[in-house]
Amino acid sequence: MGIIKTENLTYTYSVGTPFEKKAIDNINLEIEEGELVGIIGHTGSGKSTLIQHFNGLLKPTSGRILIEGEDIWKSKASTRQARFTVGLVFQYPEYQIFEETVYRDIAFGPKNMGLTEDEIDYRVRNTATAVGISEELLQRSPFELSGGQKRRVAIAGVMAMEPKILILDEPTAGLDPKGREKILNLIKEHHKKTGCTVLIVSHSMEDIARYANKILVMNKSKVFCYGKTAEVFKRANEISEMGLTVPQITRVINELKNRGINIEDEIYTVKYAKEIFLKYLSEKEGGAYD
Amino acid sequence: MGNIIKTDDIHFYYENEYSVEEGVESPVKEILKGINLDINKGEFVAVLGHNGSGKSTFAKHLNAILLPKKGTVYIGDIDTKLEDRHFDIRQRVGMVFQNPDNQIVATVVEEDVAFALENLGVEPKEMRNRVDDALKAVDMYEYREHAPHQLSGGQKQRVAIAGVIAMRPECIVLDEPTAMLDPKGRQEVLKTIRMLNKNFGITIVAITHYMDEAAEADRVVVMDEGEVILDDIPKEVFSHVELLKSVGLDVPQVTELIYELNKYGLNIDKQIITEDECVEALMKILA
Amino acid sequence: MIKDITLGQYFPGNSVVHRLDPRFKIIITMIYIAMLFISSSIFGLFVGGLFAFLALILSKIPFKLILKSLKPLIPILLFTSLFNLFFISGGDVYIEWAFIRVTEDGVNMTLYMAIRIIFLIIGSSLLTYTTSPITLTDAIEYLLSPLKKIKMPVHEFAMMMTIALRFIPTLIEETDKIMSAQKARGADFESGKVMQRIKALIPILIPLFVSAFRRAEDLALAMTCRCYHGGEGRTRLNQLKSGTKDYMATAITIMFLLSIIILNIFV
Repeated sequence: MGIIKTENLTYTYSVGTPFEKKAIDNINLEIEEGELVGIIGHTGSGKSTLIQHFNGLLKPTSGRILIEGEDIWKSKASTRQARFTVGLVFQYPEYQIFEETVYRDIAFGPKNMGLTEDEIDYRVRNTATAVGISEELLQRSPFELSGGQKRRVAIAGVMAMEPKILILDEPTAGLDPKGREKILNLIKEHHKKTGCTVLIVSHSMEDIARYANKILVMNKSKVFCYGKTAEVFKRANEISEMGLTVPQITRVINELKNRGINIEDEIYTVKYAKEIFLKYLSEKEGGAYD
Repeated sequence: MGNIIKTDDIHFYYENEYSVEEGVESPVKEILKGINLDINKGEFVAVLGHNGSGKSTFAKHLNAILLPKKGTVYIGDIDTKLEDRHFDIRQRVGMVFQNPDNQIVATVVEEDVAFALENLGVEPKEMRNRVDDALKAVDMYEYREHAPHQLSGGQKQRVAIAGVIAMRPECIVLDEPTAMLDPKGRQEVLKTIRMLNKNFGITIVAITHYMDEAAEADRVVVMDEGEVILDDIPKEVFSHVELLKSVGLDVPQVTELIYELNKYGLNIDKQIITEDECVEALMKILA
Repeated sequence: MIKDITLGQYFPGNSVVHRLDPRFKIIITMIYIAMLFISSSIFGLFVGGLFAFLALILSKIPFKLILKSLKPLIPILLFTSLFNLFFISGGDVYIEWAFIRVTEDGVNMTLYMAIRIIFLIIGSSLLTYTTSPITLTDAIEYLLSPLKKIKMPVHEFAMMMTIALRFIPTLIEETDKIMSAQKARGADFESGKVMQRIKALIPILIPLFVSAFRRAEDLALAMTCRCYHGGEGRTRLNQLKSGTKDYMATAITIMFLLSIIILNIFV
């Protein structure tokens, strides 16, 4: 039984007006506990609508969402519970920061959960450290921090709620390569340490390829495919036809295969590609590059 | 061929950025530490650098939004310190910013494109022609009567570009124009920029931290800590894999792959930045 | 969702009324208001009403919309009507009960005031329904431009209006996003007492202000880059154009005004 399960989930915008549009259409999906899932798709493919259903921000037009086996719209209490079981970090989360100090901003979520002061204090300090925000920054105004630091504080604000499922919508948008790396690493670290289920929405297939074990591809309000990273990358051609960019390295491998080089076709990271090439060469030349 | 932009040892710092600790003023933090750069007419230059490397501050010097504390910036032959020439300068060097929402002034697309021309007092009839031309150039003519908030990010950014090219500038400086866009929007904007450079001969200075965007330029300038550390054609710049990584930048995946393979004693051309080149090079050793 | 609120009461169209020069439309609306205020009898009001009715038919704006614009005014209308009904006395007494007295003059005045307010709203909504906010702003700037001579910041005022109109949809969308984000952090906007609810708004208002200031800063920079330097020597892409139809419309309006004046004298 998956931790997230959707049954015929459909959401229609502006029902009864000329602008009526199905944002997601009959989604049946099951995401297993402890996965790190990358979600890709065009703007308007329905991926943002989908994730906003997981914590009850949007109510389905029809169909059901089950979190840990329970329908989140069964009662008011179960909807509220879903808010805490599923942590959602929006795009550009630093724009939601409002408190006077970093400490209080991270504490906002835990406070709303009604935790004790001690528990809040423990969680705030713990998550701050996890995202690389040092002790002395905690009493500073969050508005004085750098862009990357603000982003990490905002993510910490959700992590401190210790959700079993953590969803991040484009957590690296607008950051430089170093900032991107930092954010993705801390998410990976959090995933490893807590064993929670993580969903990352991203436009960067390169990033997804390096970090996710599974990939969900959304296209035209439907699930195009959901599976292990390697399996999804086997369909790289179809994915590029959709207009999504597959990593450069995958395109190179595909071209080499077209030209008759016999190598595996689920290569999507530079590191992996390097190993494959070296293996290929050493087999060809008898162990020269081991 | 002449210079459109020439910077002569420019230094810059913000006046109020010092900390007073126990009465001792620590020295101001210089953001630009002596930049010498000539940009030729018709060139497509990408300026790379991580956040805080000074690249945006540098960009703001190119149309007299900021003035150097030391050194001189020349636009054509005009010193940007000459305040009465600022409109000339801004007309010659237009600027496009990162956030597509925050640079559109008017509530109708065509009126926004006309904004600069209205400020410059261009005759309405001439203005109409220029606005239409600019909108056609960025392929947004059919949206001329739309409200900005009905457009996608890429479309808004193209409107912002149209607003600049309506001034008929010689050069456009774009400060991370694609950072907030989705891949489709990025493609639209990049295509537009390349087209303006090729077909209209407009000089382009594109500030970015996307390597694949920089790889398409004629020339790449890498900045770090307020200094230019590399300035060459893309192939040459990207062959410095270690150096780029050490200043928080990436290289295209194919360049990195070749670099990694070379570490193992393979001898492949280091200067590979496109997929095609990579495929060719790998075919040679694999086949 | 907040996004669904329709803003700017403009309904695009291509009727004669839509195509009138906004400057003349403002002037005509002013004359119309004058009609309502000078008419000393209910007959005068009906002449004004006839004028509004004709304009409404020409504008092809559905009557339903006009009714909708009156809806928020019902409480005010009721309040003033009751006030007039009970406190104006004179003429025959119709009802007398305890301290309540309804008289002939009271009834007349009540009807007269209510009709006047309704007609007033119909006329001015017709102006905003048929004129886009941006051309309306332009027209106001033009009509107020004599005030520039006495150093009134007329251009700046119009610019501010334009920017406000431009950013209202953006900020509404932003409010929506911030609300969702804070809800995801467990913020509760739907329950609690008044004070709690007001306090719950802080996590929305602060980020909204911060973002508005950031946008303002960005916009100011973008405007500087595009050579903005106030209203001096500025030209406009879309010139306001007046023609025969505008003069005709104004002439007709003045005729209505005159007929009311004549009615005032003879009735």
